[in-house]
Amino acid sequence: MKISPTDSDAALAVRGLSVAYGDKPALSSVDAVFKQGRMSAIVGPNGAGKSTMLKAAMGIIPTISGEALFFAKPLAAMRDRIAYVPQRASVDWDFPATVIDVVLMGLYRRLRPLSLIGRSQRQMAIECLEEVDMAGLASRQIGQLSGGQQQRVFIARALAQKADLLLLDEPFAGVDAATEKTIITLLKKFVKDGGTAVAVHHDLSTVAAYFDDVLILNVRRIAGGTVAAAFTEANLAEAYGGRLARDTPMTEAHAEPLVDTAT
Amino acid sequence: MDELYVGLVLVPTLIGALAAVACALLGNFLILRKQSLMGDAVSHVVLPGIVVAFIVSGSMSVGPMLIGAAAAALISALLIELVRNLGKVEPGAAMGVVFTSLFALGVVLLEQSETRNIHFDVQHALYGNLESLVWLAGTQAGALFDPEALADLPPQLGRLVFSLLAVCLFLLFFWRQLVVSTFDPVFAQALGVPVRFIGAALISLVAIVAVTAFEAVGAIITIAMLICPAAAARLMTNRLIPQLAWSVLFALVSAVAGFWAAGSGMALLGSGFSVSAAGMIAAVSGIILAICAIAAPQRMGARS
Repeated sequence: MKISPTDSDAALAVRGLSVAYGDKPALSSVDAVFKQGRMSAIVGPNGAGKSTMLKAAMGIIPTISGEALFFAKPLAAMRDRIAYVPQRASVDWDFPATVIDVVLMGLYRRLRPLSLIGRSQRQMAIECLEEVDMAGLASRQIGQLSGGQQQRVFIARALAQKADLLLLDEPFAGVDAATEKTIITLLKKFVKDGGTAVAVHHDLSTVAAYFDDVLILNVRRIAGGTVAAAFTEANLAEAYGGRLARDTPMTEAHAEPLVDTAT
Repeated sequence: MDELYVGLVLVPTLIGALAAVACALLGNFLILRKQSLMGDAVSHVVLPGIVVAFIVSGSMSVGPMLIGAAAAALISALLIELVRNLGKVEPGAAMGVVFTSLFALGVVLLEQSETRNIHFDVQHALYGNLESLVWLAGTQAGALFDPEALADLPPQLGRLVFSLLAVCLFLLFFWRQLVVSTFDPVFAQALGVPVRFIGAALISLVAIVAVTAFEAVGAIITIAMLICPAAAARLMTNRLIPQLAWSVLFALVSAVAGFWAAGSGMALLGSGFSVSAAGMIAAVSGIILAICAIAAPQRMGARS
């Protein structure tokens, strides 16, 4: 089946997206459709432009050409329906804040300047923390969290945004097995309830178990569609070159090249 | 109350305290954004900004000075980005290159222009002249209620009140944007927070505070107050609002204790002369930071 970026049931449709860092192309005219109610992975080797694609779609980094439509509308009109989860390593966890302070940042778009956080909003943040088994640590300083706990806080902050589309940049990078299970269970429930999730993913061994659809990327689009149709040896070989993709250890998720995390 | 005390001690102390608090509040965000050196850079490039503003407008009035300072700060921020990208050097080196060259340019301009003749010299810019900012009319009884006497208050007092007010209003109205974009700039951009605008506004405010503080208390105290109270406060707590409160307290203690120590304190020690109040205030803030680094609850190594 040919996927057209104009699909009306797309939560995110990207057309002809090109991005460069200096004179080095990071994305070359990429087309992609992420359907509503589906869980999609973006995979590809280091430096393939996976994180770059999410950032470019969210207007975080400048694009050379192309457009991204969210629920068939431009980003500005749909921001309230999208929650973006950056890479855990992109922030300084020594910041003077507690766990609940970070989750409450997810309420940003629903708060007016000068308004104070109310009891009901605090309660809602606690409920989001309960979803990731972190309610007991609500008043802990974020510098004291483990990597897995930090990722759970980021997920809770995204839940607090009450969005329909979650864009996650390497949500399983460097987290413990229990956290990975908590997050994937939560994401599957979120999608089952009608939400859409798109995650940059590194561990090819879990793609089939976790995701419905996959986009294989290496600067340009290699393949895309359901995991059954697109996640083939031939497509992976094309994306990863001669490297044995299925043996990629999970720890490599840490070793993203600078170009992939640059803002 | 002793009127002499009001005019000769209270007014300069108040000026020092206003400058210290305005700097300390902004310093918290510079430190959290790893931009402490930016405060230093901005306080330096303010000099050519002021001189150019004086040459262009021909007056020492506040408006042109503030515009000149803010413009210089923004130009320096742009230049730093430019040097960083084109020269492929690290941010610290780019700042070093830009602010020293612009400061040098300011010094040269100052030498060449008429500016140096009107109580505006390099030494003044570095050390300030807090002791001279007295309120002579305030030494008479009832001066606090006499409009004529009030008009004689040092103009620096009003300018610093304005600066501190601007800082407080910025923090009040842009608090959430500032916090989100400081902690997680990528997430902030995804939320639609004007991250660049907030960053530029912060740097412009540093410039405005620097120019008003500069004139009253000098560059040394300005740079010290942008870093020391906030750095010490960070060691006292792990929450942002208490950190701001601690930094304000430390700034006030530095200003009051420093001014007292520079004058009366030296006399008590039997010294026949007093030392620079601005220098002493900066020194006290450094001592507070040292004490916090050794004994504060959230210092490195003390955290669980």
